[in-house]
Amino acid sequence: MLLLALPGLAYFVVFHYVPLLGYMVAFQDYQPYLGYMHSVWVGFTNFTTAFAQPAFWSAVGNTLQIAVIQLVFFFPVPIGLALLLNSVVSERLRRFVQSVVYLPHFIGWVIIVSIFQQILGGAGLLPDVLGSLGLPRYDMMSDPEAFPWLLTLQMVWKDAGWGTIIILAALLTIDRQSYEAAAIDGAGPARRLWHVTLPGLAPVIILLLILNLGQVLSVGFEQILLQRDAVGPGAGEVLDTYVYYHGIKDNDWGVAAAVGLIKAVIGTALVLGANKVAHRLGHEGVYRGADR
Amino acid sequence: MEKPRKATLVAKAAVLSVVVLAVAYPLLGVIGTSFASQTDIVESTGLVLWPDHPTLEAYRTLFTGGVVLRALLVSIGITVVGTVASLLITIGMAYGLSRRDVTGSRFMLMTALFTMLFNPGIIPNFLLVNELGLYDTYAALVLPTLVSAFNLVVLRSFFMNLPGELFDAARVDGAGDLRILVRLVLPLSKAVLAVISLFYAVTYWNAFFNALLYLDDSEKWPIPLVLRTFVLQGQSLGGTALGESTAPHQSVQMAVLVVAVVPILLVYPFLQRYFTKGVLTGAVKG
Repeated sequence: MLLLALPGLAYFVVFHYVPLLGYMVAFQDYQPYLGYMHSVWVGFTNFTTAFAQPAFWSAVGNTLQIAVIQLVFFFPVPIGLALLLNSVVSERLRRFVQSVVYLPHFIGWVIIVSIFQQILGGAGLLPDVLGSLGLPRYDMMSDPEAFPWLLTLQMVWKDAGWGTIIILAALLTIDRQSYEAAAIDGAGPARRLWHVTLPGLAPVIILLLILNLGQVLSVGFEQILLQRDAVGPGAGEVLDTYVYYHGIKDNDWGVAAAVGLIKAVIGTALVLGANKVAHRLGHEGVYRGADR
Repeated sequence: MEKPRKATLVAKAAVLSVVVLAVAYPLLGVIGTSFASQTDIVESTGLVLWPDHPTLEAYRTLFTGGVVLRALLVSIGITVVGTVASLLITIGMAYGLSRRDVTGSRFMLMTALFTMLFNPGIIPNFLLVNELGLYDTYAALVLPTLVSAFNLVVLRSFFMNLPGELFDAARVDGAGDLRILVRLVLPLSKAVLAVISLFYAVTYWNAFFNALLYLDDSEKWPIPLVLRTFVLQGQSLGGTALGESTAPHQSVQMAVLVVAVVPILLVYPFLQRYFTKGVLTGAVKG
């Protein structure tokens, strides 16, 4: 039996564990022609170099700002949409809406950004409409101020529908009798939502929040990389793009690897921390699954 | 329960219509514009939903050029080969680890699951691909994303939920593990395999960053990279007859978008009904 699992295991070791050794570079003055073995060890110099750069702190600031805006304005959307869908009585209508809203999840970022370019970009629909109304032609896609909101809007378009799947399934597990009992006790729709539905969804919402925290510092890398140049690095640089441009583009391997390492460590710590908090609050969190 | 009020119903209908339109309008607009002629584009604001003078000129331009056609072939190749390889290895691992009584299986499972917690990051991945000599090869677009721990968990828990008596009966009849997998387990798992194939295929089809990172030679570019240079950065497609073409620039750009989305639109309706099952066996039960 285990023989069948070996190729997969080999994949995980080679492509997920071995690369961790590559973080040696974070402590070296790495030169590709010298390799790991012959590059000079420099201790924490790469870290102090990064900390001394305004560009690094700007990337940290942008990452946190985008993460918070996404958390506050993206996260609740699938929950709201799921509640709305759940209240639709007609099965056929609900199926239809679901088929439509799941679809964008499967469309790649390059395509989505191109489509948004057609609608919101300089020569797109929105500026055209504004122009014909005699208003200034506003180009949201190159406005640094609007960047986090643009990203969030695109995320909502792509994944809000997909996110409803898990919420809808969780809604099915809530006991119908609780609703009936609440109704008999005189609770209206709003109070039933507050006292029955939301507590019923709490475990799933907490699970999703934890999983989200692990991704929080990644804030949609491809999406941002594709649009960074339109708004400039001042607003468009996040930790991942910083690593990409400094490391791969400018060959500043050591500093880029150091920043990547910081990001990876904080990301992992956030998931583990959030999971612990969830346990304390009496919820199951993420990791028990495996040995089920 | 009491009947909902009329105002509530109207509000719900309005919100749902807006949601559906917000998704459908851009997609239909892209398709419409790809068939539009110059007059249609001048007459309309933004995207052309229904061209009055439809033309296939944009597609003719694309397919006589070569760049898009080649990129399409590359993408199709990577998607087919990648999906098959991913499926085989994921099935093997999920099945191999689906019995808890086998020593070592728990350790192997944790090794795979733990990778969900951290991501090695761009620099170490790049260095590894380089060290392995995969830089600027198509293998670099497949191997680094070969198995998804999420899909592995979904498939494993599906296998574990199959009734145990079936296996016992097969074993009594003298069937080995591999035979049971091929004859018994896989036919029972068609739905979940369909979803997982879709997830893998979409990942390979849309792969953008890995291609940007690991491919040097623009002759090897898959469709997302061509899309970026041609549609987002507005550069011209080398080797296409774009100069002499009568098709409007915007239509040609939208035609590339359509070509990149159509494969997804084609398989989507068939697999859609399995989503909930596929997503949930993994997510809720872990």
